Amino acid sequence: MSVDRRTLRPSATFPDHVLAEIHRAADRGVYEIRGFGAKRHLPTFDDLLFLGASMSRYPLEGYRERCDTDVVLGDRFASKPIELAIPITVAGMSFGALGANAKEAIGRACTAMGTSSTTGDGGMTEEERRSSKTLVYQVLPSRYGMNPDDLRRADAIEVVVGQGAKPGGGGMLLGQKITERVAGMRDLPVGIDQRSACRHPDWTGPDDLAIKIQELREITDWEKPVYIKIGASRPQFDVPLAVKAGADVVVLDGMQGGTAATQDVFIEHVGIPILPAVRQAVEALQELDMHRRVQLVVSGGIRTGADVAKALAMGADAVSIGSAAMVALGCNRPIHIEDYRAIGTEPGACHHCHTGRCPVGVTTQDPELEARLDPEQGARRLRNYLTVMVLELQTVARANGKSHVLNLEPEDLVALTVEAAAMAGVPLAGTDWIPGRG
Amino acid sequence: MTTVDLSASSVRELNARLHALPADTNETAWRIAEPKGAHAVAAGLTVPVSVEIDGHVGYYCGGMNRAADLTINGHCGTGVAENMMSGSVRVRGNASQCAGASGHGGLLAIEGDAGPRCGISMKGVDIVVGGSVGHMSAFMAQSGTLAVCGDAGEDLGDSIYEATIYVGGKTGRLGADCIEKEMTPEHLARLSALLERAGIEADISGFRRFGSARRLYHFRVDNADAYS
Repeated sequence: MSVDRRTLRPSATFPDHVLAEIHRAADRGVYEIRGFGAKRHLPTFDDLLFLGASMSRYPLEGYRERCDTDVVLGDRFASKPIELAIPITVAGMSFGALGANAKEAIGRACTAMGTSSTTGDGGMTEEERRSSKTLVYQVLPSRYGMNPDDLRRADAIEVVVGQGAKPGGGGMLLGQKITERVAGMRDLPVGIDQRSACRHPDWTGPDDLAIKIQELREITDWEKPVYIKIGASRPQFDVPLAVKAGADVVVLDGMQGGTAATQDVFIEHVGIPILPAVRQAVEALQELDMHRRVQLVVSGGIRTGADVAKALAMGADAVSIGSAAMVALGCNRPIHIEDYRAIGTEPGACHHCHTGRCPVGVTTQDPELEARLDPEQGARRLRNYLTVMVLELQTVARANGKSHVLNLEPEDLVALTVEAAAMAGVPLAGTDWIPGRG
Repeated sequence: MTTVDLSASSVRELNARLHALPADTNETAWRIAEPKGAHAVAAGLTVPVSVEIDGHVGYYCGGMNRAADLTINGHCGTGVAENMMSGSVRVRGNASQCAGASGHGGLLAIEGDAGPRCGISMKGVDIVVGGSVGHMSAFMAQSGTLAVCGDAGEDLGDSIYEATIYVGGKTGRLGADCIEKEMTPEHLARLSALLERAGIEADISGFRRFGSARRLYHFRVDNADAYS
């Protein structure tokens, strides 16, 4: 008997991916752990538009008039603040999550572009220190590879309180990625599933954190800017507490931010998108009269120069990219198709960073796979991508009449949806109405 | 001996002087007076000097120490000798929570009691406590040794990896994946040598050894109770 396919109505409550996950859970009895970031639909910067210039605003000439992009981070307390040529940095990603070639490629690209890269859980590798002119050293709850000598040879320190993909949770690195080198850096046995703590071992609340930051500054003789990175959840409270604790810079990571390995339930259901989080963070800084005095770096779902421009217009001082940098290196690129299929996926849907079998050699420790990413070629790709983002950013800024990208402002923006208008605090397009403000 | 009086000098000035010492300095003996609970005293040292602190200190005294030998003639606050790499830190009094947190090497000797989470996340440091330790000590301890001459609080060694714990007194409920192991002659010898190195006397005949059952090293559904 033939089936009339028009009569087969899939359930909106139980679409294919939900059915598959229930079947997988029933088979295995363990939650799904995966890489990449949130895949659900979320309000994003795509829901905002720039108005551009017209009669009331003069645009700048596209290729002739200057539109500067430099930014200084961390001049509140540090004697050696970070000076960047562009307001796009690369976020912390661990050696272990990424291979050494990927780390080196990122360092080289950032150096060429005059921006910073960041270490990650597991400590600092020689490759990334050598290749990165400006390197931010993360101090994480696990303290894997934590070393005061590396702290001193870093250019800035980032105390990681949380991450957008999993605010309130610690990281994971599954046994298949724990090679001898990774295990050695973390002082753990080869091949075991590594759980990173969700809280720091030697401080609990913001009052303690203030003293912890004092210690870090003492150890580094008050030279290095101290960033505090938070996952976007309650930025209206967390940002003021970070400022009170003595941060030079607050890094705010939205729920679209990526991860090397985390429970799917965490990635998809905990935290808030970066769109409302930026507004809440900026408002909190403005209330304290600390906007632009404590710099705000935002991350989580930044993909284009337009995203950067919108984040800056909302009040951020810089952005950070992680997943997008990996994509520029080759993540999800349609090559080595058979290797994608061997781990049960296809290019475009791959989130298998946790397996260590990355077909394009970015998130792997396997020498054969890692050799697919040449550090020099990878650096060139990432450099090209960053260049395009900067050109896009300048294009938008000039179109709005701005001679510096940090002059972009909320008044340059409108929202396409009521939700985005409410979250971003900008008017719904074609109106002067901002939901929640009368 | 160089003396620094913290009632007349700031912690910043003290640490700057200590950090400026060359590796072959002749100024190898330092005395710090009137610390009065200051934080980050003698943090981040990198050269083999002896520093004696006369009084109580606040958080993170001797933090991230490398090579130096510190003696605190008093009590200390949270995180004494946190992330120590080498050298030694001796506390004549009691230590607050998180003593020796994430220490990578060296010796931390606490003659009195230590608060909760002593040796949390330790990564190779040796810690000897003359008295007792609070709850969740050696939580996620990766390597190194924690020797407690007195009692250990609840959840000792929770989620422990390859560190070794010796306890002379009573223990509360053990943490997830922490089990008692046989106290072999080899371990008695190791404990004896460690106590001697720490200058803390104790009768080792009643000590017990604890370590990881290694059941949580890989995610398995049968261990789900331990994760919740």
